[in-house]
Amino acid sequence: MAAPAFVEALAKSVQSWCAGATGVRDVAQLSGGASQETWSFVIARSGGDIPAILRRSPPGYGSVSGRAAGLSAEAELMRLAYDAGVPSPRVLHVLTERDGLGDGFLMQKVEGETIPRKILRDDLFAATRPLLARQIGSILAGLHGIDRAALPALRTLSSTEEIELLRADYRGMDWPRPVFELALRWLADHDPGASQAITLVHGDFRHGNLIIGPDGVRAVLDWELAHLGDPMEDLGWVCVNSWRFGEIDKPVGGLGSREEMFAGYEAAGGRVDAERVKFWEVMGTLRWGIMCCGMMQRFRQGPDHSMERAMIGRRSSETEIDLLRLLAPRGA
Amino acid sequence: MQDEPRPDELIKAVADFLRDQIAPQITGHAAFKLRVGINALDLVTRQLTLAGDSDAAEHASLKALLGHDGSLLELNAELAESIASGAVDLSTPGVKDHLWRTTLAKLAVDQPTYASYRRETAQK
Repeated sequence: MAAPAFVEALAKSVQSWCAGATGVRDVAQLSGGASQETWSFVIARSGGDIPAILRRSPPGYGSVSGRAAGLSAEAELMRLAYDAGVPSPRVLHVLTERDGLGDGFLMQKVEGETIPRKILRDDLFAATRPLLARQIGSILAGLHGIDRAALPALRTLSSTEEIELLRADYRGMDWPRPVFELALRWLADHDPGASQAITLVHGDFRHGNLIIGPDGVRAVLDWELAHLGDPMEDLGWVCVNSWRFGEIDKPVGGLGSREEMFAGYEAAGGRVDAERVKFWEVMGTLRWGIMCCGMMQRFRQGPDHSMERAMIGRRSSETEIDLLRLLAPRGA
Repeated sequence: MQDEPRPDELIKAVADFLRDQIAPQITGHAAFKLRVGINALDLVTRQLTLAGDSDAAEHASLKALLGHDGSLLELNAELAESIASGAVDLSTPGVKDHLWRTTLAKLAVDQPTYASYRRETAQK
């Protein structure tokens, strides 16, 4: 699977910063995550092998969008989260030009499950599932509580700016979607304005970016879309129907109720504004729909002519039905 | 006139072959990619089968809503602009119903197993 030159560069990199490392083995690309490459491998090392993960943009390949925090900022945020007690993998190394592997970083592999259908259906998680909505609330409160002074440079976006960005993204695709227009209109009419609390926002806190074990959430991944803003954004995003994977009556990732998540959030010192959470859920649903359209565009225009991207483009209609269920429910 | 079998029949035959004969022999990342490919072929089959009727219904509905003719793309762009400007909203007669019918028609092609779609089609 892995090109020999890539494995060689990886082995050379590892030997340059990991004491006792002799090379790498079991190098394999992981599926899932259409925007960047993620590789799993083992650092062979005298004194004990280390299972590790590489996240990178290959050399000469730009980031997924203008909103990305950048992989080095991601690594920094992961370190801060780890130190703040948010479940996180330990960052091992941030790539430099010398590594010849593109932009990115390496981290210790955390064992567990990220595949939503397994987390939502397998017996292994039956005992922990009812506890996860509350735990997600408490993790989000911890993440939002990270000292702003310690953070790397991140963009700050208000809800009003976010609406305009989405509108521009959508208009830039030049393909009419009356349901998206309806949502943009609703968002402008219900914009709650500037939030009193401005905190670190993960920006993509949902299934796929959470490693879960029978003992609960073990790691929060993928800080690519981290920014400063209204903390309620993360609570709304995790409720977007696309992340319920069929369990549509359990808003928090198909795991539990908003009330359970809110209780966990407040018990950990956060303050919930349910109206804002609803606003961000609508925004998030539209945002995912527009991101799906963006995947279609990159499929057409970009260097990566992959089936996954093309097919994600066809998932935008899922967000249209969810927007109608939120904004224009039938029988209402 | 092109001869038979129709494109939807050909593509379905290929998808069934990949699903039944090839998929069981493949593992790992390639199996994941193969599954995506089969899903894409299934989607194309559904579009070839369903979109003729649903596009015609959408076109008729747009003409009735907007009061004139045009291409499907032009009329959709006009409806989108009318919603953006506020000239049309959910209280405009026929709009909510139109948006629901056209969205359900998209889901029938794109993702008929999507839970929201199944819920909404079970109710009606």
